[in-house]
Amino acid sequence: MSAHAGGYTADPRIRPIEWLPWIVAIAAFFALPDYLALGARILIFILYALSLDLIVGYAGIITLGHSAYFGLGAYVAGILSAKLGVTDPMVQLVAAAGAGAFLGLTTGAIILRTRALTLLMLTLAITSVLLEIANKATSLTGGADGLSGVVVAPVLGLFKFDIFGKTAYLYCLIVLFVGWWFVRRMVYSPFGTSLTGVRENSLRMHAIGAPVYWRLVLVYTLSATIAGVAGGLITQTNQFVGLNVLSFESAGELLVMLILGGVGRIYGAFVGPVVFLVAQDLLAKQFPEYWYFGIGVMLVLVVMFARGGVLGILDGILSRLRGKA
Amino acid sequence: MEAFLASVVSVAFHGSALGMILYVISVGLSVTMGLMGFANLAHGVFAMAGGYILTTAISRFGVPFPLALVLAFVSVALGSVLLERFLYSRLYAASDLEQVLFTIGLIFIAVAVARFIYGTLQQPVVLPEYLKGQFPLLGRDFPTYRVFIIAFSAVMVALLWFGVERTRWGAMVRATVDNRAMAQSVGINTKRLFTLTFALGSGLAGLGGGLGAEIIAIQPTYPFENLVYFLVVVAVGGLGSLRGPFVAALLIGIADTACKYWLPQYGAFPIYVATIGILLWRPAGLFGRHA
Repeated sequence: MSAHAGGYTADPRIRPIEWLPWIVAIAAFFALPDYLALGARILIFILYALSLDLIVGYAGIITLGHSAYFGLGAYVAGILSAKLGVTDPMVQLVAAAGAGAFLGLTTGAIILRTRALTLLMLTLAITSVLLEIANKATSLTGGADGLSGVVVAPVLGLFKFDIFGKTAYLYCLIVLFVGWWFVRRMVYSPFGTSLTGVRENSLRMHAIGAPVYWRLVLVYTLSATIAGVAGGLITQTNQFVGLNVLSFESAGELLVMLILGGVGRIYGAFVGPVVFLVAQDLLAKQFPEYWYFGIGVMLVLVVMFARGGVLGILDGILSRLRGKA
Repeated sequence: MEAFLASVVSVAFHGSALGMILYVISVGLSVTMGLMGFANLAHGVFAMAGGYILTTAISRFGVPFPLALVLAFVSVALGSVLLERFLYSRLYAASDLEQVLFTIGLIFIAVAVARFIYGTLQQPVVLPEYLKGQFPLLGRDFPTYRVFIIAFSAVMVALLWFGVERTRWGAMVRATVDNRAMAQSVGINTKRLFTLTFALGSGLAGLGGGLGAEIIAIQPTYPFENLVYFLVVVAVGGLGSLRGPFVAALLIGIADTACKYWLPQYGAFPIYVATIGILLWRPAGLFGRHA
């Protein structure tokens, strides 16, 4: 597992370099006006990867079913808009967050009593159940054809979603910023430290009297809430929901993004989706076979040789430079 | 009433055929997970490889069906030895997360390779004349090939049980599952045992994939689509046991067939809900000894 950045003893103040992603994001808004749709997608996946990093990287819960909460958020926002006529984006987002939180709490409270393979299997089974419901409840979800006709009103009644994706990009950026601020505060809090403790040695955490189970349920619920918000955002920017938001491949791809960036360090969740989605945009359409082959090879190589991902490699280079100097 | 009875018999029969295939494919996964504690999500890749080898051998090179089955078993087993020696063995001590990621990576690679060589279409299975048609049994007609699947798998299962319960090799495997450190210290070469057992399990998966190519369609997304089924068999059955996954595979095979027959509008929903229920009731599976 990669070095833990943060913790109770670490300085919780925001370092100057931590503003870099936001400067890059705002610069991209002005410099690359043709790529704002891709940009919004990247921002959403950063938020989604951030939620996964909380449970995989910090709490050490391995899940193959995180798309359940993302997909639920996406469908809740979509159904609210297309079937019930609730078009206010804030209401949709809150509903998506609430649905994610509810499902996260109920499923988390049940499955976190188990460990290892059983836990992995349960996360997969829960996602499969949701996928099956979405697939069969066609009157509500559109089934395999997807849910179209999603209407999103202007944000706060002022900012209309334009065809260039400017509003969508800034809107996603603001939501991501709020999510990042929240996650960062949490990771640097005593609660975040206790999660790392559970990940590193849950027996000792039990021994010192920490309520391990409840801590895990709480972080799982928070993570599911954030994933639900990310799902709501993807519906609002695409104005469409397809079954793929719930699929195993999408959960797998998300894991790939997080691993690629680096697990358990917040900013891995920023680097991974950028690299992955930009590469996908450039390569996947021309060479679909090679694309999946490349992802597979990359995963194997990262696990074999570069367990910290891109940021882990950077850390290694930096510490070597410092060692020489 | 007669029609209902006929459909019950039919569901039980087709469900058993599916269950047998699931067992032959998944038993290796149960053993590798129980023996080495390795979360091998890429197990379906071996089954898919077996399916492709069998269909290609028959339709492109005219290999007779029995020989093609042997070929599927042997080549997948040999291929898995290489994978085990060069890749898997480096990760035995790694964390669950790393094993999961590594095997997902293998799935991605296998899916891409399969799509590159064979395209996205499902591979047709050419059966020999003597396995086509209907087979009369107790006054009813059953598809001959399914009868063959059940009979053949039953023989394989019997051989496997005999091997594990009655031979010296089986005693060594059981000892290692129970307590690896102790087995090692009484002189069992656990490393070689791992390789051999892994090869056998993968070979059986290849055999099952080939044998069941007509039931579980051979296509590039095979390892992804059927992963849940293989994992359900192992998780519900219990790790490291032979009997547990057998009962689980039959239950799932029959339940899945019954759902598709009587409740097609619910899809695989009841199976997943039942799985969740069973795992909450017994987290270590129906026959598992430890979580």
